[in-house]
Amino acid sequence: MSDNGRTPLLELRNASKYFGNIIALKDINLKLYDSEVLCLLGDNGAGKSTLIKIFAGVHQQSEGQLFVEGEEVRFNSPRDALDRGIATVYQDLAMIPLMSISRNFFLGSEPTLGWGPFKRFDHRFANRTVKEELLKMGIDIRDPAQPVGTLSGGERQSVAIARAVYFGAKVLILDEPTAALGVKQAGVVLRYIAQARARGLGVIFITHNPHHAYPVGDRFTILQRGRQLGTWTKEELSREEMIAMMSGGAELEQLSHELQQVGNSAAAGA
Amino acid sequence: MTVTTAPPSQDERLVQRSFLTQLLNRPELGAVAGTVVVWIFFVIVAGNRGFLSLKGAATYLEVAAELGILAVAVALLMIGGEFDLSIGSIVGAVGMTITVLAVHFGWPLWLAIFASLILAMAVGYFNGWMVMRTGLPSFIITLGTLFIFRGATIGITRALTGRTQLGHLDDAVGYPLAKTIFAHDFVIGNAKFAISIFWWIGIVLLGAYILRQTQFGNWIFGVGGSQVAARQVGVPVRRVKIILFMMTAGAAWLLATIQAVNFTGSDTLRGTGSEFEAIIAAVIGGNLLTGGYGSVIGAAFGALIFGIVKQGIVFAGVDADWFQVFMGFMLLIAVLINNFIRQKAAETRR
Repeated sequence: MSDNGRTPLLELRNASKYFGNIIALKDINLKLYDSEVLCLLGDNGAGKSTLIKIFAGVHQQSEGQLFVEGEEVRFNSPRDALDRGIATVYQDLAMIPLMSISRNFFLGSEPTLGWGPFKRFDHRFANRTVKEELLKMGIDIRDPAQPVGTLSGGERQSVAIARAVYFGAKVLILDEPTAALGVKQAGVVLRYIAQARARGLGVIFITHNPHHAYPVGDRFTILQRGRQLGTWTKEELSREEMIAMMSGGAELEQLSHELQQVGNSAAAGA
Repeated sequence: MTVTTAPPSQDERLVQRSFLTQLLNRPELGAVAGTVVVWIFFVIVAGNRGFLSLKGAATYLEVAAELGILAVAVALLMIGGEFDLSIGSIVGAVGMTITVLAVHFGWPLWLAIFASLILAMAVGYFNGWMVMRTGLPSFIITLGTLFIFRGATIGITRALTGRTQLGHLDDAVGYPLAKTIFAHDFVIGNAKFAISIFWWIGIVLLGAYILRQTQFGNWIFGVGGSQVAARQVGVPVRRVKIILFMMTAGAAWLLATIQAVNFTGSDTLRGTGSEFEAIIAAVIGGNLLTGGYGSVIGAAFGALIFGIVKQGIVFAGVDADWFQVFMGFMLLIAVLINNFIRQKAAETRR
């Protein structure tokens, strides 16, 4: 995937982020190419959210450089990142439940008909476009005018992804899109991530669930306590190695040892 | 339409959405049904005492219109996720400004009306700016400005004129034209229909159009549904909310002007309590207190229920004191029905 001939869509070089005296991220190096899914893995507090907020224009790195398509940039707001084709879909803020699917889809970029003060929201275009765009991703919605609240969590994430793709995103950043979902619904979202990759987008997929990351990811970056353990391709890393590294293999072994002892002493007491 | 990946299962999914469910999903349904119910009720109770006559219709429509003008703007603001409790005080302030300028200072009436419009816009901007600037709930901010505006109106009026009521607005230059525009009566049969009814209808249509058919309307739903999400997709949240506060102040200005011209004068206490009546009308009309959902047409029917009940009680010969009890119950019932309908609609479409 990461052959040297291509310019990465997104690149971070030696980036660090400090909040006062707290080191949130230290010396991060990342490259994201088109048509690939880069999974960002790590336990809670590993720095995943801080890292994507740098890409999304919410935070700025304290040290290091950020490149978009080979050009060094500095984002001052989420709007700047959006204008460079970097769309971020947050887990809980993706959609407004009481608004219809098509109103949500076009919120902030409404299609209009007419001129001057007589401009009006082009409902017909919005409804048709939403239906078509979602069909391209394999979602057949019943009625674009139904409230988003009537959709399942997975469908909501999918609509948010479709919206980002429609508005010309080249890079899609998904913040834990599967965290609150059941097995089946998570599968739906993973399928759309693969769809987005097939359409040429670069996807950064944040998760702390290795079972969601492994099937869809091309490369895996593991963060731990603000540092980068490394980046591996799928060939270089087995699922088991990944799980062990994510949670810190030693800690997990310690935990299973402890649990066993609890079990033994309970048995002894009985 | 492109070929679907899933087999065409239209019937299986559409059959669940019956015509009734579709109807139930309209936020204004409760208010429309309520209007029919209270109207039939008063036709039975007071139909032979004049409620059913043209004159009866003219009286309850005028009451509905005066509240309805406020309710439209209040509904838009509520859908945008905010309250304006100061709207009644703005009515008092604008009416008194017009009368003091035109009567006490002898300004031409039109200049006074224009000056009071600027005052209303400034006051609305201040409300909106304070809410956005402080991040406090608009309930608190406008509760404060409710007292500030009312107190300032009474204080300034008394300091300038020594009184709290001022009349003789009909002596002001330009009064006849103002009366034609703001206080004309259309005679139909033996009844006089106030022009405020037509102002109301016009504003309802304008408000409904803005909400449902424009980009700004989509932004209103967005900022009310989730301010953070709306900001993230590039909606100018601050501007939208400040404009909504200016629109409620504008509605208060229109009502105050109609009343001042109609009564040829003002009282510093005018508009007291109308902020709550407007909220009641909006809630009966299916507008969600927490924002993001509602209807201007619904608020108009809420105001119509208000007018029918207020005048119907008089026609029925019941002591008008009972009106407040009735409206209080209407509000509670409306909220319960709205909640039920919304749940039902969401369930069946899942």
